[in-house]
Amino acid sequence: MGMPGILTHDVLKGPPPPPAEGGWGGDGSPEGFGASRKASFTALFVLLAASTMVFAAFTSAFVVRRGMSDDWISTPKPPILFVNTLVLLASSAVLEIARRTLRSGERSRFNAWWSAGTLLGILFLVGQALAWRELKDAGVFVATNPSSSFFYVLTACHAFHLLGGITALVWVDVQALRLSLGPAKRTAIDVSAVFWHFLDGLWIYLMILFYVWG
Amino acid sequence: MSSPVVHAHHAPEGFIRRYVFSLDHKVIGIQYYFLGLFSVFIGMFLSLLMRYHMVNPTVSVAWMAKLWPTAAAGGVMTPELYLSLMTMHGTIMVFFVLTTVPQSGFGNYMLPIQIGAEDMAFPVLNMMSFWTTFLALVVMIAAFFVEGGAPLSGWTAYPPLSAAGRVTGPGEGMGQNLWILSIAIFCGASLMGAINFISTTVDLRCKGMTLMRMPLTCWTWLVTAILGLLGFAVLLAAGVLLLLDRLAGSSFFLPAGMMISDRILADHKGGSPLLWQHLFWFFGHPEVYIAILPGMGVTSQLLSTFSRKPIFGYKAMVYAILSIGFLGFLVWGHHMFMSGMNPYSAMAFATLTMCIGVPSAIKTFNWLGTLWGGKIHFTTAMLFALGFVSLFVTGGVSGIFLGQPALDLYFHDTYFVVGHFHMIMGVAAIFGMFAGTFYWFPKMYGRMMNETLGKIHFYLTFIGVYCIFTPMHYLGIAGNPRRYSAFTDVEYLGGLIPVHQFMTYAAYFTAAVQLIFVVNLFWSLMKGPKAPVNPWNATTLEWTVPSPPPFDNFAGVHPVVNHGPYEYSVPGAASDFIMQTDPPSAVPSEH
Ligand code: HEM
Ligand SMILES: [Cu+2]
Repeated sequence: MGMPGILTHDVLKGPPPPPAEGGWGGDGSPEGFGASRKASFTALFVLLAASTMVFAAFTSAFVVRRGMSDDWISTPKPPILFVNTLVLLASSAVLEIARRTLRSGERSRFNAWWSAGTLLGILFLVGQALAWRELKDAGVFVATNPSSSFFYVLTACHAFHLLGGITALVWVDVQALRLSLGPAKRTAIDVSAVFWHFLDGLWIYLMILFYVWG
Repeated sequence: MSSPVVHAHHAPEGFIRRYVFSLDHKVIGIQYYFLGLFSVFIGMFLSLLMRYHMVNPTVSVAWMAKLWPTAAAGGVMTPELYLSLMTMHGTIMVFFVLTTVPQSGFGNYMLPIQIGAEDMAFPVLNMMSFWTTFLALVVMIAAFFVEGGAPLSGWTAYPPLSAAGRVTGPGEGMGQNLWILSIAIFCGASLMGAINFISTTVDLRCKGMTLMRMPLTCWTWLVTAILGLLGFAVLLAAGVLLLLDRLAGSSFFLPAGMMISDRILADHKGGSPLLWQHLFWFFGHPEVYIAILPGMGVTSQLLSTFSRKPIFGYKAMVYAILSIGFLGFLVWGHHMFMSGMNPYSAMAFATLTMCIGVPSAIKTFNWLGTLWGGKIHFTTAMLFALGFVSLFVTGGVSGIFLGQPALDLYFHDTYFVVGHFHMIMGVAAIFGMFAGTFYWFPKMYGRMMNETLGKIHFYLTFIGVYCIFTPMHYLGIAGNPRRYSAFTDVEYLGGLIPVHQFMTYAAYFTAAVQLIFVVNLFWSLMKGPKAPVNPWNATTLEWTVPSPPPFDNFAGVHPVVNHGPYEYSVPGAASDFIMQTDPPSAVPSEH
């Protein structure tokens, strides 16, 4: 019918999968309600679209505000941001390794890797807090300058997203340590990992924005 | 063929889990509906206060002084109080009525059933989005009760008024903060809702329910969800910046050297009020389609059902919905022709605005094509759908005028605009809701509404709203500005006061007539005659299940769809409608 595959796949695949697998509004939970794996991924991508729009809006405000003003003074970027960047990239890599080990069935190694990735994620947030403190000590606040306003807004909004991501990672971790990672929870693993990688990419984008125009 | 395994789910026990923190999309839909009903009466009450004041600007009303001891000391409202009523009227109507009822109310209830699903994809998220909306409403209404009262800056919250703080007026302190907070919460709720609507439509359709077999209502809910997703994300970002300007002293929207009430605002410099306008209208224009698209879906559904004819040009309708959604993001500049924008930009926005008239016209002609030669059943639901078409055309035509920069420079900020958007967004969308109510009430509550009361209500409302809003176009052409609390201080407006008086009487009349609807609604809820499964002989899936439907909609049976949504009066078929779930053989083959 000329529609992109993602929109029609469930119809083309013929009969629905058994309830335990998802579909029909059931994910095998006791009540048979909840999200199928496919729906979870759809929801994830829809959520990413919304987050992208939020940052697109901030970016366009950034570009406009910078372009039309003569009061823009570049904010000094705390060097720790580079360390944070490495920590965040490392956390993504570690989570990927964790997913690989799970695929090859090594549960306990999965737990270790996943916990490590989660800790690195938390470490990134701590690093961001240090960066803010450094700015604050240098007398740079939200209202100091449009450049610093945007720096705080964008990093805070990113951190807010990260809090959501960390909640998901911790939840998976708790399930993993309690050895209760059933097939349905695999979806949670994949969804939170993809979300986390998105936050990675978003952070790289923000770094470029800050260093090139900020 | 083996019979399907029947595995029904039952509703949870206990009042709280069943009716308050319910996960059932049907209960949540009803909750949204009643939240909207509550809001629409608040909004209407505020509008009556405004209409009264406009034509009696000096008459003292004792109970006004009781309600607002400072803002209406002596019983006469101050212009600031007028503006705060206007702000709250617009905000409550746009967000908590027009955005809430057609999409979150009817959509929540009907989308899963119409596509053959047991529930929304994420029931917990669904419940959260309702209660978040509820919280947003509470915060919004709280703005009335804080120091200084409700904000003054209109539903569009233009800075500097909305950003400079308490110095700009009584409601611009805490009231405006709460307003922004409430809108931000509402954005969050709408995002949750949009995620659910999109995933449900994409992934939970039952066997045979291809996209091109979805009822047009489902298409409009889908596209509305996409608009809401992208639009509310931008409004949320803008709201954060506005709040920071107010609370953290940043200068996103506030320029340097502003003088407000003899005081110079020294703390801010370099910001741009126009930046807010761009961000706001990038959301705002899609928002007006969020309000109207579901009504278009309902109208399509009803015109087809009650003309006993297939919808004229189903595919064209789908593509029109999609292109309205797409173009809706490219025309925001037509709200800003007067902002000093570059004439070339204005021309681009004007051209795109004319383009969006094309799919709108396609829809209108397809509706007329559907009616043409049909066996029309004038039920109350059908009357409201016809009223929708009428109002949509009336409002759309004035939009074409406003879309011309040369004309809009004159019309902007006059009553012409107020007439335009009340016709099309206000009343047309509300007629869509009335149509949906009369059409789906039997399914939702298992009882029929009273048709006689319904028809009386329709005709009086139809006449009433035209009497209120048609003269606004004339006032606008005569140069009557919007957002004035009285017209006595400006000489050239004096002659227009009789027109305002007429509109005020029409508003009283129309508001009073709504009591007929309320009586009908609640009387039918309790005493209406029992509704059969399919009172309208309609074809879509909700009419295959009992009224009201069981907890999991299909009692554990998985429906299979074999037909398009509007197969009425198929030549040679046994009856004049073929249900979507009828066997393929229900359509006689040509040979
Ligand atoms: C053919 C289609 C349409 C055209 C060409 C059109 C054009 C316009 C233009 C140019 C304005 C700005 C007027 C001004 O402020 O000076 C406007 C305002 C408005 N329109 Fe439309 N419009 C159309 C359809 C709609 C629809 C379908 C809705 C809602 C369902 C709608 C709702 C509004 C609202 C709410 C405003 C006023 C916002 C405000 O300033 O408070 N319009 N329209
Ligand atoms: Cu518009």
